[in-house]
Amino acid sequence: MSAPVQLTRVLSFDLGGEMFAIPADTVREILEVPPVTRVPGAPDFSNGLINVRGAVLPLADLRVPFAMAPRAHDEDTRVIVIEEQIGEQAESIGIVADRVTDVYEMDREAIDEAPPLGMRWRPEFIIGIGRKADRFVILPDMPRIFREYLDS
Amino acid sequence: MSGGEAAEAFVLEAADLLDQVERALLDLGRDLNDRAAIDEVFRGLHTIKGSGAMFGFAALAGFTHHCETAFDRVRKGKAPASVALVHAVLSACDHMRALVAHRDQPQTTEQSASGQALLAALDTAMAGSPDAAPAVVETAPTAPADDGTPTGWAIRFRLPPGAMANGTNPLALLQELRELGPCTVRLDRSELPPLDRFVPTECYLGWDVELAAAVSREQVEDVFLFILDTMELTLTPLGATAAAACPPSAEVSAPAAAPVAEEASAKPVVRTQESVRVQAERLDELMNRVGELVIAQSRLAQLAARGDHAEAVMLRAVSEDIDRLSSELRDTTMALRMMPMGNLFGRYRRLVFDLAQETGKAIALVTEGEATEVDKTVIDRLADPLVHLIRNSCDHGLETAAERVAAGKSATGQITVSAAQSGGEVIVTVADDGRGIDRAAVRAKAVAQGLIAEDAALDDGEVLQLIFHPGFSTAAQVTRLSGRGVGMDVVKKTVEGLRGTIRIESERGQGTRMKLHLPLTLAIVECMLVRVGAGRYAIPLSAVEECLQLPAHEAAGAGGRNFLDVRGELVPFLRMAEIFHSDRPAELHQKVVIVGSGQLRVGLVVDQIIGNAQTVIKPLSRFHAGVGAFSGATILGDGTVALILDVAQLLAAAPQPTRPPHDRALGEAA
Repeated sequence: MSAPVQLTRVLSFDLGGEMFAIPADTVREILEVPPVTRVPGAPDFSNGLINVRGAVLPLADLRVPFAMAPRAHDEDTRVIVIEEQIGEQAESIGIVADRVTDVYEMDREAIDEAPPLGMRWRPEFIIGIGRKADRFVILPDMPRIFREYLDS
Repeated sequence: MSGGEAAEAFVLEAADLLDQVERALLDLGRDLNDRAAIDEVFRGLHTIKGSGAMFGFAALAGFTHHCETAFDRVRKGKAPASVALVHAVLSACDHMRALVAHRDQPQTTEQSASGQALLAALDTAMAGSPDAAPAVVETAPTAPADDGTPTGWAIRFRLPPGAMANGTNPLALLQELRELGPCTVRLDRSELPPLDRFVPTECYLGWDVELAAAVSREQVEDVFLFILDTMELTLTPLGATAAAACPPSAEVSAPAAAPVAEEASAKPVVRTQESVRVQAERLDELMNRVGELVIAQSRLAQLAARGDHAEAVMLRAVSEDIDRLSSELRDTTMALRMMPMGNLFGRYRRLVFDLAQETGKAIALVTEGEATEVDKTVIDRLADPLVHLIRNSCDHGLETAAERVAAGKSATGQITVSAAQSGGEVIVTVADDGRGIDRAAVRAKAVAQGLIAEDAALDDGEVLQLIFHPGFSTAAQVTRLSGRGVGMDVVKKTVEGLRGTIRIESERGQGTRMKLHLPLTLAIVECMLVRVGAGRYAIPLSAVEECLQLPAHEAAGAGGRNFLDVRGELVPFLRMAEIFHSDRPAELHQKVVIVGSGQLRVGLVVDQIIGNAQTVIKPLSRFHAGVGAFSGATILGDGTVALILDVAQLLAAAPQPTRPPHDRALGEAA
């Protein structure tokens, strides 16, 4: 479990009924879902490829690490293209969101560490839990999650 | 340009200059009277010293100065060139490379000691040849046999456009000419542009000089030594063409043309082609953009193909224009990435020179096909594997001179490195005329290493193939040159990484030939597009041998036997829908695409063959690097992504029938 990082400005989105937030400075763009090419044999987490203006990017689904039921895309579904430093290299990846909600300043003082108990998710995938208007906001540790699926 | 950038540029320039000096030294080593080589060495060293001092490489400048001084004496005929001198300066070049690389670190005592040792060797080389024997070098330059010593020269010269920026001072050149004898100087302003097109830093002037002094052609040329390659210089002996030598200064080019051509053929001046240094990443970026353009164009063409109204017809015309332009642009961009193989081969002269020293064998390197052009990436990645192959040939392949003479061969072993283009691929060959590969030794070694069973039945090709096994090394003892057991398997991997193959041909007592078959370019691949279920996939066309209809009785599937009878040959096939877990029911009339490499063939059962496409390969991200049999992805005309099948991996996965009996003595790795 890592300590809260420099998280001020975040992008929040809904996924599987929960609210997530990721640092806004890692977000490159937000797209409507482009045609997805399935990669046979790839793990469920990243079994698709998308064309983002001439670049072929992997499409990752956070539902897999957070053990959420699959859901068909609808008109609110978006792909958030983020760029994360994973190991030596920066990697651009698209992640699926049910709905992109907001960009806002998150009070770092209000971020709690993820409790080791009372959670159905793997604690190492979560940097912390914030709050927004009476809802919990999950701050996923994206580099950690990506590493998990790169190693396997 | 900031100081840092300038220093960076110098590092690149110095590397080029050192290569150039090294080449010239090796030429000189072959022919100690090679006047052009002596001049080139001197010029190179002089520039390294001068530029080095300018950009703060003081240690380099100081060290180089000694070598330059030595060559200045050789150049002026005060000392002869000797093999010892060539060796000393070659070693000194290595030291200079180190000094360039470690500019920012203070010199270690070890470094400066080795520098001192090199200079001592240089002094010995110079001292070993007393000044009393300059005749060797002197003969050629001072007595030009063809024209005798004329009473004077008509000299026309024009500086290269960038000469002033590079620090060439025309006044100083004229002064040097005056030092040779009395001069009449006439200015040629004919190329002076109108003021609105005048670039102040360019040199537009030309000069006609009549030099009334009995000096040799070389003495005049020496004045222009550092810019000779890029400038225009015409020398006419006075008396013979005195009338034509001074045309009216207003109109220049036409009347003077005839004597110029004659002079040029009498002594050809090698002009370096103008070139611009571009960072490789920028070329890659350009290639990517062009790739996107090609994709966007095919989308445009699809849109334009719809509809018959007037606008659509006009749109089609525009689309066709853009199609032509973008494919031309792509060809040009690809050409930018092509480099002659000679760039690579040049480095191996020094390698073979050193190897000959170390092994004590007499080795001649022959290179062929230097002009063959290959993608830069291929050249970069091929450099080390070729070093390894050449080392192997020198170390293991070639016999000692005594052994060779005993076997009735010439004492000097020959290594041939050649490149040739054949269709869409380049074949690079490293061949030696040595002892050939000892199959029995290879077998014994493989058995000892536990790679094969003692009684394994292997044909000749398979025995040779063992050489590529990781950890295999035939060297009885590990030498410094080769045989650390990392080698041939790495060579093979590199070649396969470039989508190439490697073959061995070897005959006992006659030599060994390693043939690398490589694609011309890595950026664009001709592919066949196929559909499996809902997905579209690209198969590199170079691997496609033929397409057939899947016979109805095979289509039922589920049979234990997955072999097709193709004109009497058994070809295994893979049902791609099963491999890709397609959830769509298979088409009624499935197709088989037979792909192959060498003797391995496999049929891929697909639902539909869509057609051919030129694809720009995009590497897969790290998430998909090891997934499935894909070598990359590409973007189709409609903007969707298609995966490119890795044929080598599919071939490896398919069960192979027993080898046909006509197997030749060929090792095949693919």
